[in-house]
Amino acid sequence: MIPTEGQGGEPRMAPAESAAFSAARERELIDRILGGERELFHQLIQPYERGLYLAAYSVLMKQEDAEDAVQDAVIKAFQGLKNFRGEARLRTWLTVIVLNEARSRWRKARGEPLEPLAEGDPESGDYTPAVLADWRFIPSRELDRQELRRALHGAMAQLSPEHREVLILRDVRGLSVAETAAATGVSEGLVKVRLFRARLSMQKLLGPELGSWKAAGSQGGWKAWLLGKAGGR
Amino acid sequence: MKLDCKHVWAQVSDYIDGEVAPELRREIEEHLAQCRHCAAIYDSTHNILVLIGDERTFQVPVGFGERLHGRLQAWMDAAGADA
Repeated sequence: MIPTEGQGGEPRMAPAESAAFSAARERELIDRILGGERELFHQLIQPYERGLYLAAYSVLMKQEDAEDAVQDAVIKAFQGLKNFRGEARLRTWLTVIVLNEARSRWRKARGEPLEPLAEGDPESGDYTPAVLADWRFIPSRELDRQELRRALHGAMAQLSPEHREVLILRDVRGLSVAETAAATGVSEGLVKVRLFRARLSMQKLLGPELGSWKAAGSQGGWKAWLLGKAGGR
Repeated sequence: MKLDCKHVWAQVSDYIDGEVAPELRREIEEHLAQCRHCAAIYDSTHNILVLIGDERTFQVPVGFGERLHGRLQAWMDAAGADA
């Protein structure tokens, strides 16, 4: 579930990726593609392009590598379309293919499998947040500044691939926990554990740095901005 | 306060997703109202998720779609493949 409002009242995370087609329309397109209208495959995958790129990027963390992985995965999806039975959503099925392709490339590049993480009690291990005295909300308009985007990318790069995958699928693409579990091939419970750890890791990596972030062009503007957020936490 | 800080930290992710039971949610909110450090942890975590969820943070490379469909079309043309 991705609520549009956080429980504290601020705008909340990414809107879930919207499918351009209903399940019935997707089925119709697939049947027509399988019937020989191959060009319709372009139309079928177009709504998922960004999400598929992000899935590959979550594993490979390099633009060119992620792009190559998506291209190869999409061709594999086209070749295997007759095997799509509609038990999963199309975007989940496509995401599985992209993740498999990206993981395979990751293994070849590193000469080793993705290290399985020892996952256990979410309260165990060193997943403690950065303790801050306070936090001044950074509005999304600050993303126009490259240094902020760079900091977010840098923190993401420090996560394990497994944690990065769930964070990107869930919090960047807006997939549900169930879809994230289906796409990554793990249980919903493990998705929640990984999500917890990934989110706290991001807070720990970024909290101290961004805690002193200064809004562009504002001197003491935070107080005015916060005061303007009536009822904001 | 019924909950200590570590219990609140352990619930931050589920709390953000609105997936804690009503009674626990009430206890967390009571704690956050009284503990500035946990309030800052919640606010910062939530804020960071808002930022990474913004489309400007993770953008596809310029021309990505054109190259993807170009490669796919070239493959279709070369293979003459049937789906």
